[in-house]
Amino acid sequence: MRLIGLATFLFAFWLALSGHYTAFLVGAGLASAILCAIAARRVLPADSESQPLRLLVGTVTYYPWLLWEIVKSAWSVTKIIIDPRLPISPTMTRVSASQRTAAGIATYGNSITLTPGTLTVGVAGNQLLVHALTRDGALDLESGRMDRRVARFEGTA
Amino acid sequence: MFTGAAAALLVALALAILRAIKGPTVFDRALAGNTVGSLAILLLAVVGFLTGRPEFLDIALTYGLLNLIGTLAVLKFFRHGDLAYDPEEGRER
Amino acid sequence: MALLIDIASGALIAGGCFFILVGAIGLVRMPDLYTRAHGTSVIDTLGAGLLILGLMLQAGWTLVTLKLLFVLAISFFTLPVVAHALAQAALHENVAPRLAEDRRQRALTDGAPVGKDGEP
Repeated sequence: MRLIGLATFLFAFWLALSGHYTAFLVGAGLASAILCAIAARRVLPADSESQPLRLLVGTVTYYPWLLWEIVKSAWSVTKIIIDPRLPISPTMTRVSASQRTAAGIATYGNSITLTPGTLTVGVAGNQLLVHALTRDGALDLESGRMDRRVARFEGTA
Repeated sequence: MFTGAAAALLVALALAILRAIKGPTVFDRALAGNTVGSLAILLLAVVGFLTGRPEFLDIALTYGLLNLIGTLAVLKFFRHGDLAYDPEEGRER
Repeated sequence: MALLIDIASGALIAGGCFFILVGAIGLVRMPDLYTRAHGTSVIDTLGAGLLILGLMLQAGWTLVTLKLLFVLAISFFTLPVVAHALAQAALHENVAPRLAEDRRQRALTDGAPVGKDGEP
């Protein structure tokens, strides 16, 4: 079942990228999609994370929020860079992630890195080591605002 | 419009290459190399529109996938001196 | 209508170019590796996002737009991984960050202190 799902997804990806719909090319796409799905079954372990469709509901609400956070912090980093005094105050801190699954912690770490001004440097269990461009960015992260948001995103799964 | 975008991307590329030349550590150079990669993806997309040939986007997609593998391979090589290093064995295979 | 789309996509592309240039300037101006990584993340998120959004408006509802979306999605999911790997490898090789304040040892309600690699 998983095999058929993966092959269908890969075939749809092929059709989207190809743009030429002759019998030979579509047939070749179908064949390579099935071959890739069979090869992937031998390589990837069968786990719950390889079908992230159940995260779809959380995705719809979480990612727009993350995008807005990215825009806000990218603008503040831009102001710092074009300021002639370069008012940075680099801070290392560590925050604890309250997510239960590895996928949740990975989402939190990636969200921190993706937001300009903060960068996940190390992960150990549920402890994240974070480098922030300014002290305010570090304090904002320590307040756990994003952590709660990611935990809610994970909770919808 | 596309010409202006391409010019801005080229200036940004020159700045990234300046950082790659100045270093000082190998990680600065890897960071600059990764930035050159992501700028090259954008430049390929813009050039595709500039010349009216959207096929360039396929190259941009491939470059996007290779950028990750390339930077990680460089980092692994400089950390262990060997691309086949296995952390569970703790030595080269 | 076509003129309106041209103006909107022109504004988006110009905005994207602005943030790309700012990020590249940050890459040169910042004092150490970790702060430089913040400069490049401006390029990868807002710069690339606005530029590709502008190109999408030019392409309209075609396969080209879908491919541009794939390009954006791939960078969205791979670049944080690269940035994290870079910073972790640099910290492992004892490239010391220049810090205004070090809050690594601050007390947390749970968990043990973290080593220099983020390993306990």
